[in-house]
Amino acid sequence: MGDALLLSMAGIAKSFSGVRALNDASLTVAAGEVLALIGQNGAGKSTLIKVLTGALARDRGTVRFQGQPVAFRNPQEAQAGGIATIYQEINLVPLRSVAENIFLGREPRRWGLIDWRRMNAQAAELLAQFDVRVDVRQPLNQFNTATQQMVAIARAIGQQARLVVMDEPTSSLDDREVAVLFDVIRQLKARGIGVIFVSHRLDELYAVCDRVTVMRDGMTVADQPMASIGKLELVAAMLGRSLEEVTRFGATAFEEDFAPRPTRVLEVAGLKSAPRVAAVDIDVREGEIVGLAGLLGSGRTETARAIFGLDRAQAGTIRVGGREVDFRTARDAIRAGIGFCSEDRKTEGIVPDMSVRDNLTLALLPQLTRHGVIDQARQREIVERLIKRLGIRLASADQKIRELSGGNQQKVLLARWLCMQPKLLILDEPTRGIDVAAKAEIQGLIRELARDGLGVLMISSELEELTEGCHRVSVLRDGRSVAAFDHAQATEHAIMNAMAHGPAEVAHAGA
Amino acid sequence: MQELEISAPRRRHLTLPRGGALGGTLLTLAALVLFNLVATPHFTSLQTLYVNLTQVTTIVIVAVGMTMVIATGGIDLSVGSLMAISGALAPLIFARNLLGVGPGPLADVLAFTVPVLVAMGFGGFNGWLVARFRIQPIVATLVLFIAGRGIAQVMTNGNLQAFHNDAFHALGLGRVLGVPIQVWLMAAVVGIATWVIARTLYGRQLLAVGGNEAAALLAGLPVGRIKILVYAISGLLSGIAGLIVIAINSSSDANLVGLGMELDAIAAVAVGGTALTGGRASIIGTLLGALIIQLLRYTLLSHGIPDAAALVVKAAVILVAVYVQQIRRVS
Repeated sequence: MGDALLLSMAGIAKSFSGVRALNDASLTVAAGEVLALIGQNGAGKSTLIKVLTGALARDRGTVRFQGQPVAFRNPQEAQAGGIATIYQEINLVPLRSVAENIFLGREPRRWGLIDWRRMNAQAAELLAQFDVRVDVRQPLNQFNTATQQMVAIARAIGQQARLVVMDEPTSSLDDREVAVLFDVIRQLKARGIGVIFVSHRLDELYAVCDRVTVMRDGMTVADQPMASIGKLELVAAMLGRSLEEVTRFGATAFEEDFAPRPTRVLEVAGLKSAPRVAAVDIDVREGEIVGLAGLLGSGRTETARAIFGLDRAQAGTIRVGGREVDFRTARDAIRAGIGFCSEDRKTEGIVPDMSVRDNLTLALLPQLTRHGVIDQARQREIVERLIKRLGIRLASADQKIRELSGGNQQKVLLARWLCMQPKLLILDEPTRGIDVAAKAEIQGLIRELARDGLGVLMISSELEELTEGCHRVSVLRDGRSVAAFDHAQATEHAIMNAMAHGPAEVAHAGA
Repeated sequence: MQELEISAPRRRHLTLPRGGALGGTLLTLAALVLFNLVATPHFTSLQTLYVNLTQVTTIVIVAVGMTMVIATGGIDLSVGSLMAISGALAPLIFARNLLGVGPGPLADVLAFTVPVLVAMGFGGFNGWLVARFRIQPIVATLVLFIAGRGIAQVMTNGNLQAFHNDAFHALGLGRVLGVPIQVWLMAAVVGIATWVIARTLYGRQLLAVGGNEAAALLAGLPVGRIKILVYAISGLLSGIAGLIVIAINSSSDANLVGLGMELDAIAAVAVGGTALTGGRASIIGTLLGALIIQLLRYTLLSHGIPDAAALVVKAAVILVAVYVQQIRRVS
């Protein structure tokens, strides 16, 4: 084979109804190499993988696999061609046996019937290569996630895969299981099989990967040997900052014309909520905007969900307005004066087929009714006022919300909570996927609300939003609060350092 | 002047898409009427109108409940069986002293209310299975689809109960202002349901749950309660429909009351333009859908088409109606 590369993807572009998801993405994997593929949410990692495995058709670009140009039309074709994908949620058949899962669709046969003895023996043999010794006749769902993943890998190897793509394989494994998985990856490597490893846990990448490809905004922005790039540089590349920029940026743009009041609206101490939140401490005062930073998977959203009563806390205390609370449902949290804008506008925010009016008043509606009948005059009045106050651009409040732009939808969702006059508003990525102008408007609006006394807990992946828009920034890493910065200390460098390394002491020791 | 400028775009957004979706249904209905005007003798007689109206009431009443259930993203297969339970219970009360009340006005009142409330209770049970245990609605309501008719048969020992009762006679055959009482009842159900969906908190929350359950939950809506109530409403309406059927026949047969009603009701909802995925509810569309199904049944019957063939034609027309309606919605 003249081509030393197992896989090379170059100039890949892909748009979804006019929106660029991939724009000149590239990636290479050599035989026996483990490649780390990282990037923020929406950077294009999964789109790129889907293009590779044929789940999506590319608009432009070339893919060469084992020296040949290829264009798989679906994942089955890719699998037959030697590319296996192991997803986070294992897509095997839970009620069938381990052996059946490994040989699904290509069971060894004898006289037209499945040769169970041979299948079980071969399955056991295949698993033994990875030091997994289980009764292969047991149904798959009898085993833990780690074992199920091994089965998925064994299935891939059994199908003579030359390249294995692992999409966040460790997100549901404990440390010991991760160690076993890494052993398996090293074995794959030794056999000359290429591995693409998608993960957000930086430490893991250094433990097992040879090279790293960083994606941002649909492009490949860095491609380096793992050993030659530091964690901080990795984070900087993911977020789109140069190192110098990061160190230079400081507290500049935030007008210090309003200060939070002393009363605490939210106090969280030692919060634990399986599986992602281990020990989180946060507090928010009246009129204060507290940023919550952390890489994907660090437990930011899960922390918000636990505070809002959507997930149960296993340990720690949550106080709202000084009183300890234990919300069982979102209703409890709302009654206590909390609002929560989810990061996923589409699936957890808007009711697409309903009017802007009904969407805006969704939470308030019970207060606008008399004997179960909606007071439409009051509803209209409140809606008109908030549309004006937030500058929501629309043809009519009777318009379906899905016809609005992302920025205006987000404003309607903000308004949904504002009309409840909450004490605390939790915003999860409030400006994601919103155009620049609307973004500035929303950020301005959040400040204005805080000036009026609202406490805001804002999860954001945008460093600027954190350094410039927050009074304080709290950083999570692997489900733990590792650092908190005042506005003056909250430089991009400091935040990224904490995101990458954890507590400040560790960072100093490493530097 | 200013008022006018503001309200003009508002009206366009509200009515055009809905009119468009209903358009397909109306078109189908018009085609059916036209066909009958040309091809069916005596179609324009008052007699024909009454026959069709009385027969369509039960479909409409049940389909209104079905529309609301479907609007939450669910489905209710148990409606026919609940009709049978309600229909079996009423004669037991007024003719067999089931509740220990001898024949008289009190027994009549109980015979109208208790069966309907029992059906509502069973409906609530459906909702409880769906909301509390997160059982898929099609499976949860399958339980009573199967068991419900059995319960009705056990209550009556599987016997046909023929009866004579003035109050039920009036419900079946009486007229007010020349219009059958059941038609008034149907009109009331349609009117109330339309109002509930458009104007009440419950109606809006119903559509929110069907339109995006996760969002509804995050906005603090009592999703479980909303679902339980919607299945209870569907049960209540089924109970009423069951009483109408036995009133028309002056007899109750647990094997036959409401048989196949679930499919007619679902068909009426689908033909009427309510998306089976939830989040939308067109009660008027369902009314038109039920009219189409009834008229179709009448047309096939009056042209002497054998039952087996009639079913196929019925399915084909339903398919066409849904197709036409979808084209309308997309364009």
